[in-house]
Amino acid sequence: MEIADIVFWPVAMDIKYKEVENMLDGYIDVCFFNGAIRNSEQEYLAKLLRRKSKILIAFGACAQLGGIPGLANIFSAEEIFETIYHSTPSTNNTLKIEPNESTKIVEGILELPTFYDEVKPLDKIVQVDYYIPGCPPPPKLIIQAVEAIRSNKLPPKGSILAPEIAVCDECPRKKEDKKISEIKRVLDFVPDSEKCLLEQGIICMGPATRGGCDAKCIQANMPCTGCGGPCPNIEEQGAAMISALSTVLGIGEEKDENYSVNNLISQLKDPLGTFYKYTLPSSIIKKRYKK
Amino acid sequence: MTDFEPKIIGFLCNWCSYAGADLAGVSRFQYPPNMRQIRVMCSGRIHPSFILQAFKEGADGVLVAGCHTPNDCHYISGNFKTERRVAILKKLLEQLGLEPERLRLEWISASEGEKFSKTVLEMTNELRKLGPSPIKEE
Repeated sequence: MEIADIVFWPVAMDIKYKEVENMLDGYIDVCFFNGAIRNSEQEYLAKLLRRKSKILIAFGACAQLGGIPGLANIFSAEEIFETIYHSTPSTNNTLKIEPNESTKIVEGILELPTFYDEVKPLDKIVQVDYYIPGCPPPPKLIIQAVEAIRSNKLPPKGSILAPEIAVCDECPRKKEDKKISEIKRVLDFVPDSEKCLLEQGIICMGPATRGGCDAKCIQANMPCTGCGGPCPNIEEQGAAMISALSTVLGIGEEKDENYSVNNLISQLKDPLGTFYKYTLPSSIIKKRYKK
Repeated sequence: MTDFEPKIIGFLCNWCSYAGADLAGVSRFQYPPNMRQIRVMCSGRIHPSFILQAFKEGADGVLVAGCHTPNDCHYISGNFKTERRVAILKKLLEQLGLEPERLRLEWISASEGEKFSKTVLEMTNELRKLGPSPIKEE
């Protein structure tokens, strides 16, 4: 059934920004915008598409929350360039060449977008009407969203087009006593495929993550990493998971002789990358601060 | 910089530490006025996002104070949970560019008014040396 014309799709269609600029404002009915805002070209496109679209949907974890690229917020643009163009062992850049925003050549001036210090989610740049979570968004949610648009049954603006449940609600595993004495990783052992991963000591972000994905990763015996963003009614996914993990880790063992908080927590190698994998640019503290 | 006075947010549990702070007042122990106290029912009630929010809104330091481990917690294990939360948060703060010393956990009982005043004094002095929180400076 034909319900729409695709007017702009950079990865699949040969179309220039100029053609979008020439459209009347509000010409596009719905725009699914994927990717976070890291440079001036993305910001320009976000503002342009906002103007040209009646409905703007942040599509996927990057547009909604900042996503994995958002973890780079613990480095400045300068530090990122230093690593990429100079300090990695495989880089041989004796001339110290870095991409410039504008370079003069014989034929004229070449321009590149400005690389910002910080990754931002789409709604920090323009007003966003709806969000479709996920990395990548589950096909089921995309179909439901398209169906809601077609039948004009969209929820109030600002809504996240996913069910109001946690990943745990959809997870088919047996959940018994939440109580773990050590943190393990999937590379340490093959987890039991029937039992809750968190109860087996693996940090599974399910309790703090919005569902709608049918717990696909967990069904493949891999823990949830949190791409669905925060659960309904919680603001900060990472903080919620820190709280949840602290509640189950070592509980009931505190009076044992060899209980030590530091030993327990030292098993956690990278709290930021674990708990804020997708949400750093949209969380309370959005980046690394320097003195 | 020389006149820098740190702002500290203190989350104090109702049963031990807030009573300890009360005792410090009643006993007229002197301590600097840098801390803003917030009473919570249990140190286990302090969600990690409260602490992050305090830093975000310009706190130079955050004190979390609860009942002594292992047996004093009114709710049996709230203090243990908060102990683990604070330990994880310290690592997280370090990754976010804040000195972990800005977050402090202390067990202060209802009879330890002196310990309360000493803790506030120590923390204020340490933060004076550390300087303003980098978040506030921006």
